[in-house]
Amino acid sequence: MTNYAIRAEGLSKQYIIRASKQRYYTLREALAKGMTAPFKRLWNVPRGSAAAETIWALKDISFQINRGEVVGIIGHNGAGKSTLLKILSRIVMPSEGRVAVRGRVASLLEVGTGFHPELTGRENVFLNGAILGMTRGEVRQKFDEMVSFADVERFIDTPVKHYSSGMHMRLAFAVAAHLETDILLVDEVLAVGDASFQKKCLAKIENVAGHGRTVLFVSHNMTAMQSLCGRVIHLANGKIEGDGEPQHEINDYLSRATVSQMHNKRKVGDALTLMNMSVSPNPVKSGGDVRFQFDLLAKNPVQLNEAQLVLFALEGPRVGIVDLRPAGFPFTMRTGDSARIEAVLRSIPLVDHQYRVALWVDWGVSASVVDIADLTISPAQTNELYAPYPASARGLVEFKTECSLKQYREYSLIATG
Amino acid sequence: MMDDQKTLSDLYFGHDRVTIIEPQSGWRLLDWRELWAYRDLLYVLTVRDIKVRYKQTMLGFAWAIIQPVMMMVVFSIFFGGLAKMPSDGFPYPIFVYAALLPWTFFANAITNSANSLVGSANLVSKVYFPRLIIPLSSVGSGLVDFAIAAAILLLLMVYYGVSWTLSLLVVPILVAGVVLTALGVGTCLAALNVAYRDFRYVIPFLVQFWMFVTPVVYPASLVPREWQWALFINPMAGVIEGFRSAFLGRPFDVPGMLVSLAIAAMLFAAGVSYFEKVERRFADII
Repeated sequence: MTNYAIRAEGLSKQYIIRASKQRYYTLREALAKGMTAPFKRLWNVPRGSAAAETIWALKDISFQINRGEVVGIIGHNGAGKSTLLKILSRIVMPSEGRVAVRGRVASLLEVGTGFHPELTGRENVFLNGAILGMTRGEVRQKFDEMVSFADVERFIDTPVKHYSSGMHMRLAFAVAAHLETDILLVDEVLAVGDASFQKKCLAKIENVAGHGRTVLFVSHNMTAMQSLCGRVIHLANGKIEGDGEPQHEINDYLSRATVSQMHNKRKVGDALTLMNMSVSPNPVKSGGDVRFQFDLLAKNPVQLNEAQLVLFALEGPRVGIVDLRPAGFPFTMRTGDSARIEAVLRSIPLVDHQYRVALWVDWGVSASVVDIADLTISPAQTNELYAPYPASARGLVEFKTECSLKQYREYSLIATG
Repeated sequence: MMDDQKTLSDLYFGHDRVTIIEPQSGWRLLDWRELWAYRDLLYVLTVRDIKVRYKQTMLGFAWAIIQPVMMMVVFSIFFGGLAKMPSDGFPYPIFVYAALLPWTFFANAITNSANSLVGSANLVSKVYFPRLIIPLSSVGSGLVDFAIAAAILLLLMVYYGVSWTLSLLVVPILVAGVVLTALGVGTCLAALNVAYRDFRYVIPFLVQFWMFVTPVVYPASLVPREWQWALFINPMAGVIEGFRSAFLGRPFDVPGMLVSLAIAAMLFAAGVSYFEKVERRFADII
């Protein structure tokens, strides 16, 4: 009872889905309702009113995590994982319920928070450290360690706007990884970055957990979940679906994977909104074509350097990418501009299975990964005489193959002498 | 447990500190202790604001001087020279500069402050810290410009043969008055800007209007005695006239200044309370 790190009781978070297309209030609307209107309306749904459409991102979440536990949180897109982490990080307030958090908390909700392009790497490390709650003394002490962890010694005194997005992320993660906090909340930062970066991140998280700190870890990477976490909480539709053995919860999650789950709108970093996603056909037959289409709306001026669609198998491994650069990258967007991107994946060489499609965008200052949809590939039509092996035995790739067999009779050795 | 020996830092960042996160509604008092615990962050953000501002402009520090000096020159030509605006017996240029000094600080402080939250949306949506720090750092970074422009005023005083008197000691109190007003207005605007994005277009107009209502280009004595009370409801009026008295060595209009300072304090309390009340919704809408 007294050894808890996080104790949640009846946590709930409600959002109102705005009817109008407009994202922000204008003064005109507000003058009629008083200056606290936009702040109020998001909260107090008038009783008995059916007018406002609301969703419960989280409903009645209760759990206790003790000091030193490493807990994974899994769930389908939109299940409420990020919302839960945001509440625990005090970025967003719950609508109902309460949670008690013991000790210092660090959150990695996105890598590179607070980095300013005009400042040098050194200045940004101090800035980032302060933002994450480190004192200047702490940052100074760990500075060299952080810089070598990120592999940016040569560039530490150049402005960060000259860094590649990989360097950005390594440096940002290096700072966050060296925080001396009791609780670490990690939200899928591992999805951004190349394989070696991800390995480093996982290793560091493992190291942190090994020192007795409490870690809450949201990811789609089931292998990482299994190796790092002693306990897994499965969220679905804002509620706790399961809480216990990693293997059990993961299997439960995988078996429930629903088809054609798509988001309405998603934020990509701070400047872009992803909307009107469509994946068709979904389900698609193995060997067939599938068309992806989505719109990006710019809230601020932004230059998009690169983008890819990344396909993951539901268990986590990255299967393949659709390089979107030939579509016309890099390009600039002004505030209010939108861009419609279409991509076609032809003759999909993947077995029938559940996959996850995510969009990776690099806009110079940073990069971000957001899930677009869950994709289902259904079995290809076969006229084979042989019944195909089950997908789990065939792996992920569907090869186009030919094979033949010739038989030779054994010759008598006496004949050739 | 050596509770009494725990530092404030421990209290806010210590390993046993329990934070309760639950829905809150209604007005909330400012948590001074929490702000103090995060002072490192305030310092770092203020320094960042300053560095970034100066790295981005070619003129750098010179901008802190150019703005009030250019305005002084233009006003002196048109108001002082051509329109023959009275200036309480002092040379018009220095008379207007003494007012431009705090006014420039105030105008820049509330403009930067109003846009600060939206400009730091990436911080607000990713990390926890008392949100008040963001507009605070905008106002803080303006103080550096103020100090530079104040040095110019001291030089101008030498040029015009105005001696430095003990009245100068009142300046810190007046600066506090401007800072309070700027914070009160700035935090309120910052919060409003998060909710109503078209507010940023209102701000330049607001600043412009405010300047004409404040005795910057004209002396307070221009306004008939019976109406002077109306002038001093504007907290900047008392501060501006106070600055003139402090630098130019003429008697202080104490009642006017007191009224303005009182209103400045009230604006501060109101602005910050409004900010605190709506702060927790920021991440939901930013």
